[in-house]
Amino acid sequence: MNTASVSLGDSVSSQSRFMQLVLSAFLGIFVIGVVGFSHIDAVHNAAHDYRHSMAFPCH
Amino acid sequence: MNLFRNVVFIAAIAGLVAGVVLACMQAYATVPLILKAEVYEQAGGGHEHEHAAAPAANAADTNAMNAMSAAPAEAAAPAEDEGWAPADGFERFAFSVLANIVTGIGFALVLVAVSEFAGGIGNWRQGVFWGLAGFAAFTLAPGLGLPPELPAMPAADLTQRQIWWWATVAATAAGLGLIAFRKSLPLAILAVALIVAPHIVGAPQPGSFETPIPEGLHHQFVVAVTVTNLVFWLVLGAVVGVVRGRFTGTATSLRDSFA
Repeated sequence: MNTASVSLGDSVSSQSRFMQLVLSAFLGIFVIGVVGFSHIDAVHNAAHDYRHSMAFPCH
Repeated sequence: MNLFRNVVFIAAIAGLVAGVVLACMQAYATVPLILKAEVYEQAGGGHEHEHAAAPAANAADTNAMNAMSAAPAEAAAPAEDEGWAPADGFERFAFSVLANIVTGIGFALVLVAVSEFAGGIGNWRQGVFWGLAGFAAFTLAPGLGLPPELPAMPAADLTQRQIWWWATVAATAAGLGLIAFRKSLPLAILAVALIVAPHIVGAPQPGSFETPIPEGLHHQFVVAVTVTNLVFWLVLGAVVGVVRGRFTGTATSLRDSFA
């Protein structure tokens, strides 16, 4: 990590850094999954136009 | 959790900006086409989702509604009820905007987290390249096998399509990462194989492609979805680059190998 001086959160250990980034990515995937891929009818209907507009699999 | 907090902060700002931009583009480019398609869906007996049959349906739907009332058998099946749906008009628009912003933040979280592993997005120009990669992985690649669909278009089983969608995104992203950050020919070949593989396997396809939607309307929709998503990803990447540059206080180019 020779770019550490300009990395975000440069004070954390590399293992903790890895875990935090993985956690962020999974949080993002979870959010996308709930809004765009949930099979719950109410969630589907609320985000219906959005799902079609993003070409997410729908119906 | 210092790093996590920073990632979430940057993602929240970038997702908010790009989500609002995307919602504005959708209001003009894609949503009018969806509403047009719903007229065909209604006329065709609208078997799948009839939320457009809400009281505030368009005047253009009236004929279709009359045709529907001739088939009360479907209406007489409340067990098939699709549950709550936002009312047409402002409420429906507001929920679309909300969905855009929330998932914009979701995409931004993934983008920031993945790019940090590769040294981070140093400025808006690097962000544009990262945005192009996100567009390729999340829109272009899955869109080849599963083109953007309008209501009333036939489609294969939902869960299978969703699995194929996520697998294609993951394989494409991994392939692009290998090409961009590993200077090795065998790995580059593996990367191409990863990108091509989902399309050899093939997306789940419907049994029949019969649809009341005119082909011209669908083509227009595919173009609108692709272009709006391209702009969304470019804005998302660029804003991440700008905000992150402010954060670290250095907006210099970090990587000589990329961008």
